[in-house]
Amino acid sequence: MSQTRAVIAGIGHTEFSQNSGRSTLQLAAEASRDAIRDAGFSPAEVDGTVTFSMDTNDELALIRTIGVPILRFCARTRGGGGGASATVQLAAAAVESGQADAVLVYRAFNERSAHRFGQPVQANPDPAWNWASPFSLNTPAKVYSLTFQRYMYEFGLTNEDFGRYTVVARDWASTNPNAQFYERPITLQDHQDSRWIVEPILRKLDCCLESDGGVALLITSAERAADHGADAVPILASSAIQLEGGHEMFAYYYEDLCEYPEGRVLGQQLFNQAGITADDIDVAMIYENFSPIVFLQLEAFGFCGRGEASDFIKDGHIGRGGSLPVNTNGGLLGEGYIHGMNNIVEGVRQLRGASANQISGAEHVLVSAGRSGIILGR
Amino acid sequence: MTTVRPPIFDFDDAFFWEGATEQKLLIRRCGECDTLRHPPTPMCAICGSTNNQTTQSAGNGIILTWIVSQHPTEPDAEPRIVILVQLDEGTRIVSNLIDVAPTHDQVLNDKRVEVCFVDYDGTVLPQFRLAEVQP
Repeated sequence: MSQTRAVIAGIGHTEFSQNSGRSTLQLAAEASRDAIRDAGFSPAEVDGTVTFSMDTNDELALIRTIGVPILRFCARTRGGGGGASATVQLAAAAVESGQADAVLVYRAFNERSAHRFGQPVQANPDPAWNWASPFSLNTPAKVYSLTFQRYMYEFGLTNEDFGRYTVVARDWASTNPNAQFYERPITLQDHQDSRWIVEPILRKLDCCLESDGGVALLITSAERAADHGADAVPILASSAIQLEGGHEMFAYYYEDLCEYPEGRVLGQQLFNQAGITADDIDVAMIYENFSPIVFLQLEAFGFCGRGEASDFIKDGHIGRGGSLPVNTNGGLLGEGYIHGMNNIVEGVRQLRGASANQISGAEHVLVSAGRSGIILGR
Repeated sequence: MTTVRPPIFDFDDAFFWEGATEQKLLIRRCGECDTLRHPPTPMCAICGSTNNQTTQSAGNGIILTWIVSQHPTEPDAEPRIVILVQLDEGTRIVSNLIDVAPTHDQVLNDKRVEVCFVDYDGTVLPQFRLAEVQP
């Protein structure tokens, strides 16, 4: 255990929308400014940044926009949304090793009004796509459905089972003013009436809500945060898992197609680091590009057994009054898809007692992006 | 009319696409320890050798999982069945099942398949048909 404990001292975000009407750099700058101010810091005190490899906002463009004179640490996560929580891991590592004192984490895009991830790839972005797109696997929905189909087949699930997750997510979103689906809850029938994307696996309402927006976090040491009067949330554990045989999107080559092996290893790492078990988690924020990925992660972390997520959700565990509230902001299906970063913001709010859907007495929050994750706690 | 997005030939996988044009389903094989690997990589993760050879698959295997792929506006507007095949040699490959109606209300998991080759406007892809004898 290092002597310096990293904390999330500030959070900031823009509105989440279908058309931001401004540049991604402006979105990044607005979120960053707000996260720095929320922590009680000034931009001049920031000396590190972390963002996604995929983020199009260059560090130099951002620091001259928000007024950061010197950076001495810059890092980017590998992959896409699976690396969302790895931003916090990298920032915490920098703070705890002394490489930086105050690290700004940012992610901003116009993922609805400009480049939409959900659209078919136009050319193979890298050689891994050679083993998919010529055979018509050219959208994330199709790429993921190829594994979801085996999971459904193995455990006898139908799309209605996945719909029960969406109903819960939309319920949480309906009372979260930041959510794009604020005051718009749905019934299971509404879900079943939405059009097929990949029949009979995914309907439209199983897919995340492609969105425009920016999110930022300010990560520093507990001591510095206290000096600045920040309402800081300690990072009890952070990890990012890559496994031999893994591919960023094509999880086709593991022996068992019905589990999320990165998530299983990630859970073990996180619970060991934090010195707690799955039973100690009060709120779980779980990255969901598509609803079935929540099922696989619930099982991978041991919140329920293999093939049991469907019953776990049906029995009401993840909704209001449940034993494990999941995605209390509405998640990426209900609040918006800011590549998973908005789920970290909600995790911080739960521990500050400031969530729109506050879970009373929340002490440990898991924020999982599947292959990266953090545990925040009081 | 099915149109396909062609692969981009890469140092490490050109042999596979060239093999397909000769009606061969090739799998990367380590020239030292004979370990098979797909998707191909330029070094054997077991023994560290870069003596990269190939072996011709007999093209028989089973469908582990499958979907019907269709997009309203893209090249795959024509529905295709996408399958993940476990080849008898041990490696897996994503491909398509042809000569079967592309409907979702059937059970294709664990069906035995055999390879064939189809030229889609100059791009030759290994494809699969249901084997005559099913277990």
